[in-house]
Amino acid sequence: MTNPALRESATFDRATIAGIQRAAETGVYDIRGWGAKRPLPHFDDLLFLGASMSRYPLEGYRERCDTDVVLGDRHAKFPLHLDIPITIAGMSFGALSAQAKEALGRGASEVGTSTTTGDGGMTPEERGQSKHLVYQYLPSRYGMNPTDLRKADAIEVVLGQGAKPGGGGMLLGQKISERVAGMRTLPAGIDQRSACRHPDWTGPDDLTIKIVELREITDWEKPVYVKVGATRTYYDVKLAVAAGADVVVVDGMQGGTAATQDVFIEHVGIPTLAAIPQAVQALQELGVHRKVQLIVSGGIRTGADVAKAMALGADAVAIGTAALIALGDNHPRYADEYEKIGSAAGFYDDFQDGRDPAGITTQDPELAARLDPVEGGRRIANYLRVLTLEAQTLARACGKAHLRNLEPEDLVALTIEAAAMARVPLAGTDWIPGNGR
Amino acid sequence: MATVTPVSSKVDLSTSSVRALNAELHEPAAEAYEVLHPQGAHAIAAGVHHPVTVDIRGHAGYYCAGMNDGGTITVHGSAGTGVAENMMSGTVRVHGDASQSAGATGHGGLLVVSGSASMRCGISMKGIDIVVGGDIGPMSAFMAQAGRLVVCGDAGDALGDSIYEARIYVRGKVNSLGADCVEKPMRAEHLSELAGLLGAAGLDHDPADFRRYGSARKLYHFAAHNSDSY
Repeated sequence: MTNPALRESATFDRATIAGIQRAAETGVYDIRGWGAKRPLPHFDDLLFLGASMSRYPLEGYRERCDTDVVLGDRHAKFPLHLDIPITIAGMSFGALSAQAKEALGRGASEVGTSTTTGDGGMTPEERGQSKHLVYQYLPSRYGMNPTDLRKADAIEVVLGQGAKPGGGGMLLGQKISERVAGMRTLPAGIDQRSACRHPDWTGPDDLTIKIVELREITDWEKPVYVKVGATRTYYDVKLAVAAGADVVVVDGMQGGTAATQDVFIEHVGIPTLAAIPQAVQALQELGVHRKVQLIVSGGIRTGADVAKAMALGADAVAIGTAALIALGDNHPRYADEYEKIGSAAGFYDDFQDGRDPAGITTQDPELAARLDPVEGGRRIANYLRVLTLEAQTLARACGKAHLRNLEPEDLVALTIEAAAMARVPLAGTDWIPGNGR
Repeated sequence: MATVTPVSSKVDLSTSSVRALNAELHEPAAEAYEVLHPQGAHAIAAGVHHPVTVDIRGHAGYYCAGMNDGGTITVHGSAGTGVAENMMSGTVRVHGDASQSAGATGHGGLLVVSGSASMRCGISMKGIDIVVGGDIGPMSAFMAQAGRLVVCGDAGDALGDSIYEARIYVRGKVNSLGADCVEKPMRAEHLSELAGLLGAAGLDHDPADFRRYGSARKLYHFAAHNSDSY
């Protein structure tokens, strides 16, 4: 038993000490997957005000609470009409196995929502199993080609992601199989860098022209999303709308990554909670809230998170890390194997090294074969159904017949920080810090 | 009675729109098109995926011939940013100069710029062949993955920075090489492939006058001892 007189430093805690020791031994910064792990103001710091005398609830098992959402009806001939407002975020083939990508497509399709490619192109497995597939247009342009662009249901121009706004990517050589390398036109086994800036445009004015080009190539059929990592969200959303985005995707700092420097993940960007009101304000000031749809990602775990994001003004959410967990990531059944590679179930974040015991973030054929895409798809569909049911439960309690009808007035905050960021009152008060009252 | 496919067709962008032009080019009724009064419009002939011939009589704006896949497209003037970006196959010729990011991320096909090309020419190229009759600007062939870039004039700073497997041939002066880009010996096979590229571009320079540049392959794996290079 630990001597109770021993006192751990709050400044140099055990994780910090281990980090310093690791840096001294290796001379390389820590690269890992997952998103920010530090405590942050989040959706847990918000509560719904259920109906009582002043509001009229809906009967939970009798009255409808609809969940569908139309994305991209500003300019596109064929906007996406999803049955639920919970989408699968962009994750690359390369970062994930082909089986995992297929499972995500199967699960999303079963419940009528979309999944998204990633840095590395579109696989036939994913396209084949995805009813609604969003094709990411990234700075690396790995695997980008007009044939797949025409096969996509929407195009997502990625400027950044919440785990590393302003940063590029690095898929380490151990995950570069012949197939991954072939799709990216690079030698197998070498580290593959993804640039942080697009190669043929440099600012919002250029982006406007780039979006027109993408629309021209696809005959104005596809919705065009613009995805940003949450930083200067108010300005970024305004510029994205001005550039012609049909949908803006805002990814908070809890959003996941397959491989990024730990220092980047933990110290760049703002929490999802702080980003949403900025994005909504920008859309409202431009008069396009609900016309240019807002998708929010970064730390969505439960139906409560879904409902809270939508109450703050999002039209839909996207999940990444949670979807991997639903597939089996960090499952206790692999406890022994996690231990062998220096991790533990519930802590595993070395998505970059390709040794994932769950067979999800790997290109090792034997490990990848552990994930059955059909069973994985069933798990994803189950999880998405639970998220939807939970969100509906909360919406009905607030008297809402559609998830999109949730509103900030339905929420209060538990902490001053959350109240200030989410711009809702501190519970039991009418005080919203920062609004001048 | 069978309809006869018209051999050629003219589209005047002073009276028609780029949208109408591209819609026609995506489902072409003719084998050849002449685009009049392009007036620097953007995305002219973007997304061509049939073996049509397109002659643009004047200057083109951004992303002319973007993602071309099989078309033979000629700009009888200069082209703006990103001409032939992400080209898959076919040929794009610019008789004048090209702005930034010419041939960016191209997977295949041949891009010929008779004049000079601005910075970032061939950035992230993935198999395209690019021949520039004049000079190219700085940061060209940045992270170039595959394909060949031929420069008959001079190259600006940081040529081939972080280059992968693309090959670069320069006839004139190179201001500076980027990280991990080095000069390499010209062997017989390089002289031969360069002669072929020059021939395809319609240029009669002597391949022996060129120098070859490519990756030293020292940065293919991230390592602490290379930190000065990043």
